[in-house]
Order: sequence, then structure tokens, then C-alpha cells
Amino acid sequence: MDSSPVVSAGDAFGAYASVPPFWRRVATKMLGGPMISLGILGGLVFVAVFADFLAPYPYNGTSRYTPEVGELRNKYLPPMWQARGKPQFILGTDQQGRDILTRLIYGSRISLKVAVAAVLVSGVIGTALGILSGYIGGWVDMVVMRLTDSWLALPPVTFAILLAAVVKPNEWNIVVILGVVYWTRYARVLRGEVLSLKERDYVRLAIVAGCSRLRIMWTHIMPNIANSAVVLATLQLGVVVIAEATLSFLGVGVPSPQPAWGVMLNDGRAGLMTGSWWLSVFPGLCIVLVVLAASALGDWFRVWSDPQLRQL
Amino acid sequence: MQRYILTRLFYAFISLMLLSVTIFVMIRITGDPVVLMADPGAKEEDLQALRKELGLDRTYVEQYVIFITKLARGDFGKSFMYRIPVFELYMQRLPASIQLAGAAMAISIILGIPLGIFAAVRVNTWLDSFCNVFGNLGLATPSFWLGIMLMLVFAVNLQWLPVQGSGTLKHIIMPAVALGLVFTAANMRLARSAMLEVLGSEYIKLARIKGLTEGLVILKHAFKNAIIPVLTFACINFALIMNGSVVVESIFAWPGIGRLLYEGISSRDFPVVQATVILGGVMIIFVNLLVDLLYAYIDPRIRYGQ
Repeated sequence: MDSSPVVSAGDAFGAYASVPPFWRRVATKMLGGPMISLGILGGLVFVAVFADFLAPYPYNGTSRYTPEVGELRNKYLPPMWQARGKPQFILGTDQQGRDILTRLIYGSRISLKVAVAAVLVSGVIGTALGILSGYIGGWVDMVVMRLTDSWLALPPVTFAILLAAVVKPNEWNIVVILGVVYWTRYARVLRGEVLSLKERDYVRLAIVAGCSRLRIMWTHIMPNIANSAVVLATLQLGVVVIAEATLSFLGVGVPSPQPAWGVMLNDGRAGLMTGSWWLSVFPGLCIVLVVLAASALGDWFRVWSDPQLRQL
Repeated sequence: MQRYILTRLFYAFISLMLLSVTIFVMIRITGDPVVLMADPGAKEEDLQALRKELGLDRTYVEQYVIFITKLARGDFGKSFMYRIPVFELYMQRLPASIQLAGAAMAISIILGIPLGIFAAVRVNTWLDSFCNVFGNLGLATPSFWLGIMLMLVFAVNLQWLPVQGSGTLKHIIMPAVALGLVFTAANMRLARSAMLEVLGSEYIKLARIKGLTEGLVILKHAFKNAIIPVLTFACINFALIMNGSVVVESIFAWPGIGRLLYEGISSRDFPVVQATVILGGVMIIFVNLLVDLLYAYIDPRIRYGQ
């Protein structure tokens, strides 16, 4: 292939005159790509999996301290670098003398578990309804779309609080609740895609060839919207992490002795007036970091999977 | 157009009916309010009498029919706890919610739109990068945590602002900022992308070719078109903040609708929950409809119902 005219044109206009130095190219590639997000999320998974080895006071260790038990004589100790801090409590202790770092580390397990499971549940519900609504149309479409409308009429967090009042709050019920609350976005977006896919030739040929509707939806439509569904799911990850933290913060999410980040923030309110900032600052930073990483990854993924956007 | 409006109104009606059934059943599954209302040692026949008084001894279907026929006459029933008409209660709380939502909206528009426009005009500069970072951070920060951080800095450490409560201008600052930041970030991103799209269009090229100054091109030609999606988005957000700021309202002890709903849920005050959810739903659905119609009115290229 002869590409020389393009190159010479480029040279003529000086477009290739300055190739950035190697380190700069590597840096832009790393910063522009998903590496930092993947690093943070990978770190989260690592910490969640190896919490028993990383935490200063594991659940089943010989220590009197576990994430759920502390000693009152150690309550409200500031981080170790502060004047009153003790070296054995790196990020300080809370109102019951529990080690903050230990609770943060075990909290990553809850956040990860709930977020991934809730995104899966809402994704499966939303994708299934989106495909059904888009492909079958008619009254099914009517029902699903009116359902998403009435879902839209309730702010998501309000809806989640209501549902949490119905069932007993625990981790898996929170997953179901968030799944039920957040499926509408998948259904709306994917329905739109299915509507355009179903006019394509290969779908029509499949109909002519005598495929059942179920088979068309499963083998011809599904793979073609899988990309969008995964992008939506990544973008939704951060939303779900915040929603779980909000519910736990209000006391209708993960129940209290468990070290969920939202629960820790709720505990932190007691020490706020006396200036015990470490109770509230660290769990919040963890949430922000994870949500930031998830949404950046989702944004990158969206652009990467859609070449039309990549040019922008 | 008329046909389109009628169809949309019909859909809105169906959605609201669905919502009313959902909320009616859901709030009843949460448990028996009588247990919470009666004295601890109350006898079973007292509880039964109280149930009868509140109309809870009937079947769900009967209760719903009574509820919906009353609703059709504009009667939301009486609160179980406060023993006054729910609508009155709602109207007492509404001004606080409007104030808070208005202040949060004002912050998000005054900060968000200019930032987004600057970012688009100076695309790929440090200002754009700053806005990008700010936007991502703003969207990733839970509003209740931001509220706590503000409280820590401005109320506990610096003691410039009151911790909780309402009444003065000083009280509204922290909750409004906590609620407004997410929407500032969202408005900024939307304004930036809308502006970028407009700046790439043919009529902007024409305006530049005919020799207009850059300021005039941006303010007069580009801004007007870029602002439409941002403002419509802001309208929908207003309705959402009015009804969905439960957490921030409860942190700052702000006597708004969100808290009324939250109290209603925890005390199983069925009429209060039903009324707040349905009125909120009406607000959100109609703002959505209104925005779509306004959109078509402002932008002649959009026509519905063909």
C-alpha cells in the first residue's frame, strides 16, 4: 500500500514536525486511557479479596478488635500522625473504639459485593425488558414504557428508601432494591437500539428462515446490544455505590455493626460536633475515589466502543 | 400537536395511576401503623377500634377505592400522626422545599453554565481540563457527604454558619451548596457539549466569515442555541430536587417535603406518604411534559406527533 502522499502532505504542513518525546506519549496514553481507573478498581478488588491479610485487625484474628468490636477506652482516637494518636490505630478509632482502617478495608467488600450484584440485577431486568419491549412491541412495549414512566416519577433514592421500609434491610435485600430501582435506564436505551436493529436485513432474514421470536431476541439481537449494556453497567456502577452508601447512611441499608462505608459515615455524625473529622472524612474519600474511577472507566469505555464518539 | 398533547396527557394519567397503586400497596406492606400509634400496653380491642377509625379494617381494594374517589375530589385524607389534612401539612412544608431547590438550582446554573461555556470556547486548554476534573469530582461526590464536610469546615471549625435548622439566609447556604454541586457539574458538562456542538455548526462558521467579533459570535449566536438543552435539563432537575432531597434535608434538619416523606415512611403514616409521592409524581411528570412542549415551541425544528 502506498501511503506516501499522505505523509508528504503532512510533512508539508508540518503536522509531523514535532513528535512528542517517549515519556510524554506513554504518559498521555496512560492518563487518557483507563489505566488509572482500572488501577483503582483493581486495588479495590484486591483489598476486598485479601481483607483478612491487609486489615490490622481481622475478623478471626487473636486480637480483641474486629471490624465490629472495639474497646470504649480507645474511642475517638485521632489518626496516628496527630498529637493524641496511637501508632496501632493508623487512621484513628470511632465512637466505639473500633479501628477505622480495618473497617474501611472490610467495607470495601460490602461496597464491591453490593455494587456488582446490584448492577447485574438491574442490568438483567433492564436488558430483558428493553429487548422484549423493543422487539415484541404492541401492548408489551406500552406496559414497559408506562412502567418506566412511573418509575421516573419517583426520585430513585426516595424509591429505594420506600422499598427498604418494606423489606428487612440487609446486604442482599439492598441488592434487590437497587436492582428494582435502577433498571429503567437500561430498558429505555436498549429498547431504542432494538427498534433500529429489528429493521436490519439479518433480522428480517432470520424471520424468513423461520427462527422463533425467542431465538431472534437471544441470538440475533442480544449480542448486538451487549456492548451498550456493558457500557451502561459500568456507568451505573458509581451510581449504585452512592445509592448503597446513602441507604446505609440513613440507617435503612446495610445494618449497623457491619462496616459499610455509609454506616461509618452515619456513625461519624456523632463525633462531628466535637471535631472528630477522621470518622467522616476517610469513608467519604473511599466512596468518591471508587465512584470517580468507575465513572471514568465508563466514559472511556463508551467512547472506545463507539468510533463515532472517538473522533470528538 | 393537539393530538400529541392529548396522548401524552393520557400516558401521564396512566403512569400516575400505576404510581398510586404501587405506592398504596407498598406502604401497606411496611407494617401496621396502629402498633406504632397506640400506647405500649394497649389491648387488642383498642387497636381494632383505632384501625376502624382510620379505615384500615377494610380490604386493600375497598381502601384503594375510597382513597382514589376522595383523591378525585382533591382530598388526600388526614395524617395518622398529626390528625390534620395531609394537603395542609404538605403546604406547610412546600415553601422550605421550594427555597432549597431554588437556591441549589441558582447555584448550579450561575456556576455551571458559564464554566461549561468557557470550557467549550477554550477547548483542550488548562481551563477545559480543570472543568473536566471539577465535573467528574462533582458527579462522584455524594451530596450527603459533601454536606457533612461543609458542616465540619464551616459550622464546627470556622463557626461561620449555623449547623442545622432553617429560617435565615445563613441556614440555606450549606444545604444548597451540598445539593447544588452535583447539578453544577452536570450543567457544566451539558453546557460544554451543547456549546461544542453548536460551535461546530454551519451558521457559526457563517457568522465568523461575515466578520463578527468572537464575543458576538459566542454570546449572540452560539449561546442562545446551546442554552436550550441546559435549561430544559435544569427544569427537570428542579422537580427532582424538590422531591428527592431526603438525605440532605435530614442532615441539615431542613423542614421540606423530603423530610415529610421520610418521617411518613418511618412512622407508617400512609396518607402522608401517598400524598407526597403522588404530588411529587404529578410535579415530575408534568414538568417533563411541559419541557417537551416548550422545546418544540422554542425550537421550530422539533415537531411532534407526525
